Order: sequence, then C-alpha cells, then structure tokens
Amino acid sequence: MHPILFIVFLPLLAAIIAGLGNKALGNVPAKVVTTAALFVSCALSWPIFISFLGGTAEASVVPVLKWVQSGAMSFDWALRVDTLTAVMLVVVTSVSALVHLYSWGYMDEDPDQPRFFAYLSLFTFAMLMLVTADNLVQMFFGWEGVGLASYLLIGFWFRKPSACAAAIKAFVVNRVGDLGFMLGIFGTYLVFQTTSIPEILAAAPGMAGSTIGFLGHRFDTMTVLCILLFIGAMGKSAQLGLHTWLPDAMEGPTPVSALIHAATMVTAGVFMVCRLSPMFEASPTALALVTFVGAATCFFAATVGTTQWDIKRVIAYSTCSQLGYMFFAAGVGAYNAAMFHLFTHAFFKALLFLGAGSVIHAMHHEQDMRYYGGLRKHIPLTFWAMTAGTLAITGVGVYWLHAGFAGFHSKDAILEAAFASGTEHGMFAFWVGVIAALMTSFYSWRLVFLTFFGKPRWAASEHIQHAVHGHHEHPDEEESHADAHHHVPDPHHGDGTAGYHPHESPLSMLVPLGLLALGAVCAGFAFSPAFLESAGFWKGSLAYDEHLMHAMHEVPLWVKLSATVVMLLGLYTAWYAYLRNPRFPAAVVEQMGVVHKFVFNKWYFDELYNFLFVRPAFWLGRVLWKQGDVGIIDRFGPNGAAWVVAHGSRVAQRVQSGYLYSYALVMLIGLVMGISWVVVR
Amino acid sequence: MIGIEHYVVVSSILFVLGVLGIFLNRKNIIVILMAIELILLAVNLNLVAFSSFLGDLTGQVFAMFVLTVAAGEAAVGLAILVIYFRGRGTIAVDDVNRMKG
Repeated sequence: MHPILFIVFLPLLAAIIAGLGNKALGNVPAKVVTTAALFVSCALSWPIFISFLGGTAEASVVPVLKWVQSGAMSFDWALRVDTLTAVMLVVVTSVSALVHLYSWGYMDEDPDQPRFFAYLSLFTFAMLMLVTADNLVQMFFGWEGVGLASYLLIGFWFRKPSACAAAIKAFVVNRVGDLGFMLGIFGTYLVFQTTSIPEILAAAPGMAGSTIGFLGHRFDTMTVLCILLFIGAMGKSAQLGLHTWLPDAMEGPTPVSALIHAATMVTAGVFMVCRLSPMFEASPTALALVTFVGAATCFFAATVGTTQWDIKRVIAYSTCSQLGYMFFAAGVGAYNAAMFHLFTHAFFKALLFLGAGSVIHAMHHEQDMRYYGGLRKHIPLTFWAMTAGTLAITGVGVYWLHAGFAGFHSKDAILEAAFASGTEHGMFAFWVGVIAALMTSFYSWRLVFLTFFGKPRWAASEHIQHAVHGHHEHPDEEESHADAHHHVPDPHHGDGTAGYHPHESPLSMLVPLGLLALGAVCAGFAFSPAFLESAGFWKGSLAYDEHLMHAMHEVPLWVKLSATVVMLLGLYTAWYAYLRNPRFPAAVVEQMGVVHKFVFNKWYFDELYNFLFVRPAFWLGRVLWKQGDVGIIDRFGPNGAAWVVAHGSRVAQRVQSGYLYSYALVMLIGLVMGISWVVVR
Repeated sequence: MIGIEHYVVVSSILFVLGVLGIFLNRKNIIVILMAIELILLAVNLNLVAFSSFLGDLTGQVFAMFVLTVAAGEAAVGLAILVIYFRGRGTIAVDDVNRMKG
C-alpha cells in the first residue's frame, strides 16, 4: 500500500476515534491517538518530500474508490502525489503534528479536550484531501471540509458569543468565495467536459483566446473561469474584500490560529492557484487581477497590522499581508516563489502564533500588548523562539552570503520576480511589496518590543489582577480585548508587575516552538535552490517560468537590496518608537488623527459590509418573517385551518342541545331518509 | 261506505299528530308519553283495519300485543317520571336537557 493512504486516512481515523469516543474515551487516550496519528503521517510525508527533492520520485496517482459515474461524467476518489502535493504534505502534517503536541500544554485546563483534538485531526484530514485532490470535485470536498473544521474550531468555545459570531462570520464569508469556486468548477466542466485536473491543465493552453457566451455577451473563456476560481481562492485565503473573517477567527484557541489561520487552510487558495497555474497562464487578464488583489491585500493588511494592540490580531493581519505576497507572486508568474513563500511562511507564522500562545499562556490570557512589557527575562525560551520567527518574517539575511532566515529567501524572491516580470502590474506589485515589507518589519518588531522589552505594564490588566487575587479564570471566559475593559495604568503601583510572576510554558509547548524555530531559521537557505532554481524539482506540477527565474538574477542590485533596506528601516522605526522614545507613537497618532482612526478601524470594512450587506439582509429577513411568513403563510395556512376548525365546531356544538325531542327529530329525519333511500332506489 | 282508505288516512293523521306531539311539545314529559300512546294507537288502527280488510286475524292478534306492550310502557314511563320528578322537582320538557355528550 502506498504510504499516502496512511498519511491521509490516519488523521481521519484518529478524528473518528477521538470524536466518537469523546468523554467516554477520556482526555489522555484521545490526545495520544490523534497526536500519534499525526506524527506517523508526518514521518511518512517527509520521505516523500525528500525523494522529490532528490529527484528520484515520479508523480503518481493512487486510486481509492469509485465516486461518480453518470453518463459522460465520471470521477473517482484518488490521491495525487506530485511535487506540489509533497510540499503541501510536509507543511500540513508537520505543522499539524506540532500543533497537536503544543495543544497538550495549551489546552491542558480545557474540559473538552477530546473534541478539540478530534476537530484538529479532522481538519488535517480535510486539508490533506484538498492537497492530494486529483479532480476539482475532490478538491472542493477538501475545501469545504477545511471550512467546516475551521468553523467548528473558531467556535470551539461556543459558550462565548463572540466566538460563535466569529465562526458564523468565517463560514458565511467563505460561502461567498465558495460560490465563485463552485461556478468556476461548473464552468470548467462545461468547457472541458471533465473535472480531472491533469486533463484540464493539458487542455487549458488550447482554450486561450476562445470565448464563451453568457447573457448575450461574449467573454474570454479562460478569464471567466480563472476569475471565478480566484474568487474562491480569495475567500479561503482572506484576500482584500473577503478578508474580514480572518481577524475575527482569532476568537478560536491559539493553536487553531496557528494551524488553520496561518500555516495551512488560508494558504489553500494559493495552492489552488498554483495547482491550476497552466489555466491561469492562459489568461493574462486574470493574472493581472490576481496580482492587483494580492498587492492590495498585502498593503492593506500591513497598514492595519501596524495599529492593532491585540497580539493575535497583529499576527492575523500579518498573515493576511503575507498571503497577499504569495498571490502577487503567482500573479506575475512566479508560482514556485509563491509556493516557496507558502512553505517558509507556514513555519515562521506557525511559530509566531504558537509563541504568541505561549505569551498569552504566561500572561494568564491577557492578549493586549499594552499590558505586556519586559517579558524577556521571565519567559526567555518563548522570547528566543518569537525572535527567530520575527527575524524570519522580516526577512533578515545578508545578500552577499546568500544566507538568511526563511523569509529572506522567499520574500526577496517574490519581490525580485515582481520586478523582473517587467509588466505594469508587476512593477505596481513590487513597489507595494517593498512598502509592505517596511511595515511588516515595523509591526513585527513593534510586537517583539512591546511584549518582551521595556518595563512591565501588567498591573493595569484585569486578567493579571484576577490571577494575582487568586480568582482562577476559566479558559472559556477568555475575552476579546478590543474593548476598553482595562484600567488606566496606575503610576503608584511600584514596578508595574502587580506582583505577578509569568511562568515559562510546559515542555509540550516549548518543543514545537523549538522545532518550528529550526524551520524558520533553516527552511530558507536549505530549500531555496530546489524551489527557486530547479524546474526538475517541480516536474511540471506547476507552470514553471524559466525565463522569469532567469530574469530574477538579472535585476539591479538596488532591487535585491530593497527588502533588506526597508527591513532595517522598519526595525529602526520600531526601536525608536517603542524603546527609545515611547511618547513618539502617541504623538504620531495625534498628528495623523483621521488616518490613524481609519487604519485602526481596519479601513471600516466591517462597517461598510454591515451597511451594505448585513443590514439589508436583516431587513429582508424581517420583512419575509413578519409579512411573508407570519402575515401570509401562517395566517392562511396553519392558523387559518385552526380557526376554521374552532369556529366550525362551535357551530356544530349547537346541535347537541341535550333536548330529547331534538334528538328524536334527528333520528326521525335519519330514519325517513334511510327508508326513502331504500324505497326510491 | 267507509273503505280502507278512510282508516289509513285517520291512522296517518293520528300518527303525524303523535310525532308532532313529541317534537313541538314544550310543556311536559307526560305529553310526550301521551304522544307515544297516540302513535301506537295509530299503528293499532292500521293493523286492525288491514286485518279486517284482508280477512287475516294475525293483525288483530298483533294489535292485542301492542296494546299490552303499550300499557306496560306507559306504566314504566310514568314510574320513571315520578322518580324523575322526585329527583329534580320538575318535568317541564325545557328543563330536561342533561343528555349532552
């Protein structure tokens, strides 16, 4: 049996055991089963990846089951293993296994642990189905599966209204994207008469330039299909317009944020675009759109990330921004650079999220960075892990040595590819990407400086006060920290620690941090030759642009150094603003009042959508409820029937008078009618 | 000459009177008992008339039976009525309306 079967189905088996066993099984067996399954999956995935890395493996398809055979339409459950899949396999199983392990420590006090671990494994299974899909329908199955698991996990603490709202929001916003994806699949089947991905990709170049009629207009076939599919990718990967669910998804437990909303699920859109890259190559218009949307998201999310106070939200916007990088890399044709950034990003972003989780754990569920400070000495291991993650995301490295942290290799490759593509939208993306890199560096270092450096500012945090005063808070009641439920810092309260002593996280949380930190440090230079410079590595699993990869090396020196320069600039700004002169940020905010307010409120996207979609939907719902359902259906349906019966029986009741003679009369009439019937007949 | 038709007509009138006596009567239950007697007498008249007309004695024998049963029925009916009057203090028809389901 092919190992891929075990890789994909062990997590499902573990999810079923832990999910159905639930309380009856108990915490520890459920955790052992799921975590062990994931580590086995992970251990089986790496050899596959390494064999592709070594060039010894060939792409193969492992059939599982017949699925649909209806007339000319036919598709099966089948697991496709090629380079692209192998890359995703190691990303998904590694991060998932480490997150499972991390959750042993993080969710230790939670009463519902089997359910949590079952959901995590279920998610991993769905994600693996997505990345191994051989046809679009199976990909859609995985696509919806991860959406479901994401919904369940965001709403894991379902007693918290904000978590339920966030879960519903994530699901609904994703449905908008899914509609696009579904229409894309339908359209693809209509045009190509098959859902098999290899067949579609083989036929795609031939369809370039053909047109399709819709409502009396002619549209370019490939552009229509690619844009529809890209709308699906936008929903799942939280691109500008459909991004609003991602920051709210931080209501879920932090390991979930690391696994689903940073490393794996949100990159499904990038994966899909890369998987279908020959299709996108057939439509320059769609590629330009991908570039613009990616660049816009990259910029937008970076601006918002610089202003947020909630540690998880900063990283969430950072994720959104990095996804923008991946998309515009795909848009300019550097699919391999997009996949490379996806690969490195998975490690350092999971690291940052798990590190943030470790900080939150240490700070008794306080998430507001205004109430952190000075944690470096208290949780040194977390500090070093977070620093490694920050060095990776900001792209620290030395150009002349060709060595640096993970982000240095992947992000620079993306910027160079955007510049080298030479198109207008490529140049746009390059400049936006450079500005976003500046902001990335700023908000990442800001996070580190606010959290780990300076003086402790914990005294004002309600969570810390609860902890100090012995009131042990339940993790269920972890709250959103957007609201001002904190006190003004008390200047008379000594050193600002309020007598609280943060403790370093348990080993089960530190080991994943360490391994991911290793990935964040090494993934860049270890894999950059394979991902970026070798068409033989990809083996045609995505559209590899030899010209572009060559042109990337020919870009001017200032382009190659631009990312490093803005990284240093961002580092300096953050250092100046948050360590050297702490009054500086407040002064800037005062100077740019309106702009800051606009950015701080996330460009008012939620308010806009609330006004445009949510409220009209509520209004329509209320009209249909009050007028349609209650006014018409209930009134003439059930209630009407009940009224007729009640009134009819009141009339019929009068017959039963109790008077003997009226009964006798009725009897007589009946008798007469009976006899007449017999006689007359 | 008085023929069978006259008998039939008279007995029919008596029968209808009896029936109407049951339904239109608003006075008391004794009247209902009397109306029942009237119906039975109408039937008897028919029986006797046809017996004579057809020369068959069976009808007259039947009439004797009916008279006997009518007498019994009247006795039982009146007995019930007396008991009822003792219990409720009235035998007005409009007050006898307890037969509701």
